[in-house]
Amino acid sequence: MEEIIRVDNLSFCYPDGRQALTDVNLTIYRGETVALIGPNGAGKSTLLLHLNGILHSDGVVKVLGRSVDDKNLRWVRSKVGLVFQNPDDQLFSPTVFDDVAFGPINMGYSEAEVRELVTRALDWVGMRGYEQRSPHHLSVGEKKRIAIATVLSMNPEILVIDEPTSNLDPGSKWSLIELLRGLAITKIIASHDLELVQALCQRAIVIDRGVVIADGATSHILADKRLLSTHGLAPAQKIE
Amino acid sequence: MKHSFLDQYSDRDSIIHRLDPRTKLITTLFFILAVVLMPPDRWQAFALYFFLVATLILLSRVPALYVLKRSLVIMPFVVLIAIFIPFFKEGEVAGSYNIWLWQVSVTYSGLQVFWNILAKAWLSILSLILLTSTTKFSNLLKGLEKIRLPRVMTMILSFMYRYLFVLVDEVMRMRQARDSRNFGGGRLWQIRTIGNMIGTLFIRSYERGERVYAAMMARGFDGQTRTLESLNFRQLDAFFGISLGLVLILAMVLNLWY
Repeated sequence: MEEIIRVDNLSFCYPDGRQALTDVNLTIYRGETVALIGPNGAGKSTLLLHLNGILHSDGVVKVLGRSVDDKNLRWVRSKVGLVFQNPDDQLFSPTVFDDVAFGPINMGYSEAEVRELVTRALDWVGMRGYEQRSPHHLSVGEKKRIAIATVLSMNPEILVIDEPTSNLDPGSKWSLIELLRGLAITKIIASHDLELVQALCQRAIVIDRGVVIADGATSHILADKRLLSTHGLAPAQKIE
Repeated sequence: MKHSFLDQYSDRDSIIHRLDPRTKLITTLFFILAVVLMPPDRWQAFALYFFLVATLILLSRVPALYVLKRSLVIMPFVVLIAIFIPFFKEGEVAGSYNIWLWQVSVTYSGLQVFWNILAKAWLSILSLILLTSTTKFSNLLKGLEKIRLPRVMTMILSFMYRYLFVLVDEVMRMRQARDSRNFGGGRLWQIRTIGNMIGTLFIRSYERGERVYAAMMARGFDGQTRTLESLNFRQLDAFFGISLGLVLILAMVLNLWY
């Protein structure tokens, strides 16, 4: 299988001294859908921010075999599409079109290409016809879909999503899960929504306090009640 | 939460809506210049300007009552600024009053300047309301960019437009959270709470700024801003620009003549 992302010995310390990641190693292969699960503050988002070079620190992150450094940031960001948790942070333009076009324009595509990429990305997320709407008049579910489109329009090889289902009602959540299932692309999904993980991901990585605790088949990990409850992913177990 | 639109009625259709934003921006600017530069005693010219802006509002099919209401929201600020002028301007005294220890007098020329400021401000405000309610905010920004307003300025305006309501929501949620836990307390306590809220709001906005910047970087932003060319200047724009320019020049010439 082709390695698409490889993280070696990654440690990260925030400026205030808090250790967010300690010696993280993982490899993602092409075509996989991998869940990154862990409690609040486990370091999931921090890890995601390393995958496209927004944060960098000790250790090596390799994308498609090339290690991420200051010179290839642009290339890395066109390959690794990162969707942030809060769509109000992700969508910052006056219209949906401008937001979805932001990535492709930065990549230097021509006007005709940008228009085509935008139309196609909005088609993928089922939001065609929303081009001229203003993001602050959309529902949370619609905003989440547009946020995904803003990244898909750059034709990434890996889609990295932080908490895709947070703040969604069950209806919107399941339609978003169906949408993600339909996208034929390597996906890394950080979440503590185990329903989503079970529905979408073949593989799950458990992370807590910046350390990788477990990495294996989703069915295997979700069956291990003890592992889940120790790391805040299931109700605490009674001691017998 | 639901919000009113800053650019309400801008999605309707009329001759004015169809104009290029640049045409509207530039003609509005010239209209305001012409209004402001007209000497105060030429009431015929002001009548003409009013007639002009009223015609354009009718043509735009934006409800006149809406325009009127919006303009009245801004007028109190103008009154507040201009209210002292009649007392300070020197000239023939129209009336003099004793207020407690002071004697104040109002002059005719002062009153004239006062009314004139109100009239000029009102005409300018009307034209600006016409501009913003017939042009989508995003198109207005594109227009400003095309007439070479520095990109940093248009970006600031664009973020303001995008995040204004997000912040209003945040303030509303904070107020609800405060009110549901606040049982009286002294005035000093209240002020302290408000101070804390402002501080929190500032920190949250700052952190949001960092996250937005990260989201921009994640999509290849590198400090350079790029845009698509998507405005087109048409015959209608040339026609509108020239005719409005002619009317304004006509008003100036008439003014010189009499």
